[in-house]
Amino acid sequence: MNKNKIRIQNSITYAVVVGCWILVQIMDKTGHMTSLLRGILVPLCMYSILAISLNLTVGILGELSLGHAGFMCVGAFAGAFFTKCMENVLPNLQLRFFLAILIGAAVAGVFGILIGIPVLRLKGDYLAIVTLAFGEIIKNLINVMYIGLDKSGFHFSIKDTMSLGMDETGVVIIKGAQGITGTPKAATFLIATVLLLATLFIVLNLIHSRTGRAIMSIRDNRIAAESIGINITKYKLMAFSISAALAGVAGVLYAHNLSTLAATPKNFGYNMSIMILVFVVLGGLGNIRGSMIAAVVLTLLPELLRGLNDYRMLIYAVVLIVMMLFNSSPKAIELRSVLLERFRKKKDPATKEAA
Amino acid sequence: MALLEVKNLGISFGGLKAVDDFSMSIEKGQLYGLIGPNGAGKTTVFNLLTGVYRPDTGTILLDGMNITGKKTIEINQHGVARTFQNIRLFKELSVLDNVKAGLHNHYKYSTIEGILRLPRYYKVEKQMDERAMELLEVFDLDEEWDYKASNLPYGKQRKLEIARALATEPKLLLLDEPAAGMNPNETAELMETIRFVRNNFHMTILLIEHDMKLVSGICERLTVLNFGQVLTQGKTSEVLNDKRVITAYLGE
Repeated sequence: MNKNKIRIQNSITYAVVVGCWILVQIMDKTGHMTSLLRGILVPLCMYSILAISLNLTVGILGELSLGHAGFMCVGAFAGAFFTKCMENVLPNLQLRFFLAILIGAAVAGVFGILIGIPVLRLKGDYLAIVTLAFGEIIKNLINVMYIGLDKSGFHFSIKDTMSLGMDETGVVIIKGAQGITGTPKAATFLIATVLLLATLFIVLNLIHSRTGRAIMSIRDNRIAAESIGINITKYKLMAFSISAALAGVAGVLYAHNLSTLAATPKNFGYNMSIMILVFVVLGGLGNIRGSMIAAVVLTLLPELLRGLNDYRMLIYAVVLIVMMLFNSSPKAIELRSVLLERFRKKKDPATKEAA
Repeated sequence: MALLEVKNLGISFGGLKAVDDFSMSIEKGQLYGLIGPNGAGKTTVFNLLTGVYRPDTGTILLDGMNITGKKTIEINQHGVARTFQNIRLFKELSVLDNVKAGLHNHYKYSTIEGILRLPRYYKVEKQMDERAMELLEVFDLDEEWDYKASNLPYGKQRKLEIARALATEPKLLLLDEPAAGMNPNETAELMETIRFVRNNFHMTILLIEHDMKLVSGICERLTVLNFGQVLTQGKTSEVLNDKRVITAYLGE
């Protein structure tokens, strides 16, 4: 049955994640873990979450979005803002972090809806470019935002710290381009892995449900979907905002893995959005496990090649081209299926004889 | 009372009157044909009936309810389903999922129930599977349920489109050139299927067709459209022998 096939495929995906986690634990215990590798564990999960969530928009909904880093940025700042404000109210860091994740997801999801309403009226390249603009707007808005907290409550300004007009007890939480400093480092590899599994759970179950079918029917043929009574706007917005909310989760994870959070072009700019898109395209549109693997490989690669200094990005680019060709060129796909068939044929008689 | 009552329907694009003063009335359970030369405005009529276009003039009554100017999804929910001249399947979805997408508004559970896989998800999905397989069996597609829709042969894609439309439980089924691109054998089979659908689903069917063998074989009444206007309407045999119809098709 098809149902079982899907269940097996999903189980494999979960198993890959759990397997990687166990592998890391073993490497850690046996002392094979370098500090470089240890530092990249949480980002690996974060990029995987980003790639999976973007695949929901690009692969499943079929709309090209170039503003994914913007939603991540919203989530990161919402989450970090919360943990920073609640420092004295909720001393338990883990609990605060957990709530921050929910808040980051919710705020990014709301932004997804707000941005989705105008943007999803467009199609194709037009939509891509407008989402790109929105991503940049979010980043730049956060860069000029000053928020402080004192006895009388929150103070907000878009000029500088002085114009917040706080009394002597005031603490500046978001300091414009300097962002939020002193965020607690709460993200661990375990939490990151659990979040990755949760993301997989949400996205995979969503795809194989009534809602997922509606979303994919819109992707395949909008006019036909409308003719069988599927509410286009509702499901487009739903897919877009769930995707944004999950990017927000990745953002919160990012914010709590560093001690300073600033909205620089490097971490939340369009370069980041395009990098996430590369993961998705390389892993295969609509292929959730693929985007996860692509994210891991393409994040690990530059780090592992660090010793090669100047040639690092060159090799990265070459590997990217080769992987794209191998994954998506029609000739390569043909070759792969031929090889696979030959392999199966070899295997078949053997199993028959054994039986 | 007629199931579909169309009065003085009209729409123009720019200066062109694509459909002008179009009236038609279809009784419940009728198999009705809409014919006419290329560019006569047949598909435009379908698009008006299903809310793709809003008519400039006229009214559409479905089972006594005014559906003029409503949106496509609302009109579908009131009971009009259609197929398309150029097949519009959900290509990347399986045959079964295409039909299940058609069941969308009749078998429901929330998104949250779907994500968390609550008991209702399993219950409703099972009902959906059963209903969809029933429909696929009618169209002899049950063995291909696992195929990707785009991998079906052409004739079966047409059938799948009809199955998907029927899944929305319509009162009126609109078929836009169902036999286009089919060979005589496939057309004969399709005629049987359409008759079967009418009899077993108690369906009212309006179809656009160029294949005169199909039209004369199964349609009870016809409306002939020419240059956006009704040329004549009535019983199939009478209409097809009308001199004006022959002239419209073949010229003077």
